Amino acid sequence: MMTTNIQDRNSARLEGTGSSISVALAGSGGTGAISAATMLVDAAGKAQWYALMTRSVGAQIRGGETAALIRFSTDPVAGHGDDFQVLLAFDWQNLERFASEIPLSANSLVIGDLDHGAAPEVIAATGARYVGLPLKQLARTIPGGRPNMVGMGVVAGLIGLPLEPLYSVLENFFADKGDKILAVSKQTVAVGYEAAAALGDEYRLPPAHTPSSGKRWSISGNQATGLGALRGGIRFVAAYPITPATEVLEWMAGALPGVGGALVQVEDELAAINQIVGASYGGTPALTATAGPGLSLMIESLGLAVAAEVPLVVVDVMRGGPSTGIPAKSEQADLNIAIYGLHGDAPHLVLAPNSVTDCIFTTQWATHLSETLQAPAIVLSDQYLGQTKAVLDRPPDIVFPTRRELASEPADGRKYLRYADTPSGVSPMATPGMPGCQYTADGLEHDQSGAPSSRAEDHLAQMNKRARKLADHDYGDYWADLDGEGDLAIVTWGSSTGAVREAASRWRKEGGKVRVLSVRLLAPVQPEKFQQALAGVSRILVVEQSHGAQFYRYLRAYYDLPQQTRILHQPGPLPFRPHQICEQLSSWRAT
Amino acid sequence: MKDPDSYRSGVKPVWCPGCGDYSVLSALTNAMSALQLPPEQVALISGIGCSSRIPTYVNVYGFHGVHGRALPLATGLKLARPDLTVLAAGGDGDGFSIGGNHFLHACRRNVDMTYIIMDNEVYGMTKGQASPTTAPDWTGSDLTPAGTGLTAFQPLLLALVTGANFIARCFSGDPANLAEILVEAIRHPGFSVVQILSPCPTFRPEQRQWKNQVREIPDSATADFRSAARFLMEDDGLSVGRILYRTDRKPFALSKNRRGDISELDMEFVL
Ligand SMILES: Cc1ncc(C[n+]2csc(CCOP(=O)(O)OP(=O)(O)O)c2C)c(N)n1
Ligand code: SF4
Repeated sequence: MMTTNIQDRNSARLEGTGSSISVALAGSGGTGAISAATMLVDAAGKAQWYALMTRSVGAQIRGGETAALIRFSTDPVAGHGDDFQVLLAFDWQNLERFASEIPLSANSLVIGDLDHGAAPEVIAATGARYVGLPLKQLARTIPGGRPNMVGMGVVAGLIGLPLEPLYSVLENFFADKGDKILAVSKQTVAVGYEAAAALGDEYRLPPAHTPSSGKRWSISGNQATGLGALRGGIRFVAAYPITPATEVLEWMAGALPGVGGALVQVEDELAAINQIVGASYGGTPALTATAGPGLSLMIESLGLAVAAEVPLVVVDVMRGGPSTGIPAKSEQADLNIAIYGLHGDAPHLVLAPNSVTDCIFTTQWATHLSETLQAPAIVLSDQYLGQTKAVLDRPPDIVFPTRRELASEPADGRKYLRYADTPSGVSPMATPGMPGCQYTADGLEHDQSGAPSSRAEDHLAQMNKRARKLADHDYGDYWADLDGEGDLAIVTWGSSTGAVREAASRWRKEGGKVRVLSVRLLAPVQPEKFQQALAGVSRILVVEQSHGAQFYRYLRAYYDLPQQTRILHQPGPLPFRPHQICEQLSSWRAT
Repeated sequence: MKDPDSYRSGVKPVWCPGCGDYSVLSALTNAMSALQLPPEQVALISGIGCSSRIPTYVNVYGFHGVHGRALPLATGLKLARPDLTVLAAGGDGDGFSIGGNHFLHACRRNVDMTYIIMDNEVYGMTKGQASPTTAPDWTGSDLTPAGTGLTAFQPLLLALVTGANFIARCFSGDPANLAEILVEAIRHPGFSVVQILSPCPTFRPEQRQWKNQVREIPDSATADFRSAARFLMEDDGLSVGRILYRTDRKPFALSKNRRGDISELDMEFVL
């Protein structure tokens, strides 16, 4: 693997939106809207464009209506835009469920199947142009043809996606279905492609820029998280399913055996966290993934990992809360519990990826930090990042050389001190099997040897040591992503970063100046680096997807903010649109 | 030869005088000596309670975790490190109340380890409340002044029906027999459950009488699943000393896979 610097790591960062077009495909269960959308996204990648796709589902468990929300772009793209230019609906069943997630304008085009009649009122009210196409009837012109293939062709024709990459995706998809089915699907797509010609060329994307080196990747945030964990060295996973984290576990279950690891499905989250404590105590880097309710159940044992100094990674793919909340939609509202949830003073690591690509890096880094510092790490991803499938440039390989510091057998019969009070705070760790180092790991306060102790001196010494090892570590530039300049800054974190970056690049295009600071390392806090990054800034806009402004309050607690600080915060499930952020900046300029 | 004392850590137990757990500790170090286990190859995992303090007193790798979670912690360790001898230990409150769900699933999962339960039918560490194995009419706790009115838990019957491979009940007042059973339990492949009647003279002084009340399990009870079940259903919980049930159901372990190159994983995402 090659190493890389921070500049390369952010190569997939949004550099301006270039040209992009947003397309939604919707339909009730069985219409194949999602598979059509998936193939379109992969084909766009093969055509050297970029794309991202989020899926929206109703409350049903399986089947039922779904919408695929896609953004195709000539440049790397980190989130959805302000509105959708095209909505193609295979039918109208329950479409109003998704209406708020598919903002349309008078410039948008809505395509419906003639067989299903006119668009419902919510759609008509947007003023979008409506065109009926005989999707079903066109499909019937090819024996065995399906309307979703026609729709796929229509969208490809509309946006100017060439047929060859689409055919190549079909070839992969139907590889084991036989030549007949493949030929039918190609013909059906071609029928849709021709039908699109009548709709004009205003929705065409310009051809891709000079292709960047190497092939594009197509990966979801949840898969990226799993990949980052394996790159970081995770080899044991304990799993209890919960939406939207399950896909991290599903992907890892398939991938772990190939690298000599394994995943176990367990009885509950308490078992999950304790199994990974056990595996890691035995020397195997370990992880579990969950969502808010599961994180709550794990909190006590996260404290155990802090006290016993056992490295481990918990990925929390946040969803709308509290309680069972809105399981299939996004929110950034587990920040408080991740940072403050543990009882006692329990220093630990909290990190958040800020893009699909960054899910790889942040999870890998979290694993590295956890192993190096012998402390648990919580990675705060969310449904929006996790369930977004993105086309990106090949993410760079990053290698972190340092790993868990292992003990060696103590010389001349001296006793091994598991919790030795070293200058760095990190004590060399023995793993079972090493002769001469037997000790008891303990969540009960202990002395340096690990023997339980309630003495004030031992408590203070161990508290200091556990805090020091995190506080004194040099986290380098990775603690946050900073770009731009000027005395105005937007401070954000996690998935809100995508919309913020897009708003900032619009702002800059209009001649404005703005710094964007996206905080990746939420705990331990980095007040000095924060001050440095924002030196000269007199106005800050904080952007976060939580009702209670959790991030803003956290910043207030740990960092010096200028007097002129504003917050743009809203709960899920709707993601920020870049224009919301630009409007905040404009209104500020007006005052 | 490693004598039993070489398995002692030297840390002085915090237990009350007369606590049954002292004999469990001796029996355990005797069993380890009988098996001549290399101390660094043994891991003793516990939750929270008086009994759960035991790892600190033994010179092996130990983990004193949180209340009720000894079994999953031990399971994760054993799955990741099948080369180790893994023992889990704790009380009836820890194992059957807060950790009850893990107990069921540990029996089902049948990982090769031994679970030692020091049952005193009370929460010793929190100063004497009813536990799941307490009789319904015990009124000694301020939390349940009229007794619990709840059916007492039958851990071994539950272990049997949920799939444990080895089931035994012993009395801490007979440490020689206890050590023998522990030796067999540790040797036996799969999940072994050893319930030890271990008196808490502090909160249940009447348990001092156990030494006059316990009786040998008749031979017939050590036979097959049905007779073990029948025996346990009819027993008053004071029969001790023999193995109640054993079977050779294949223990659960993670398959060892080829170690591939991490970069091969990337291929899945390349368009
Ligand atoms: C989550 C949690 N709840 C409650 C407690 C308090 N607590 C400590 S030990 C214990 C009961 C222990 O009883 P048992 O397992 O029977 O062990 P014994 O002390 O009798 O050996 C309880 C309730 C705790 N430590 N953690
Ligand atoms: S309270 Fe009971 S169980 Fe706890 S140490 Fe004392 S005698 Fe033993």
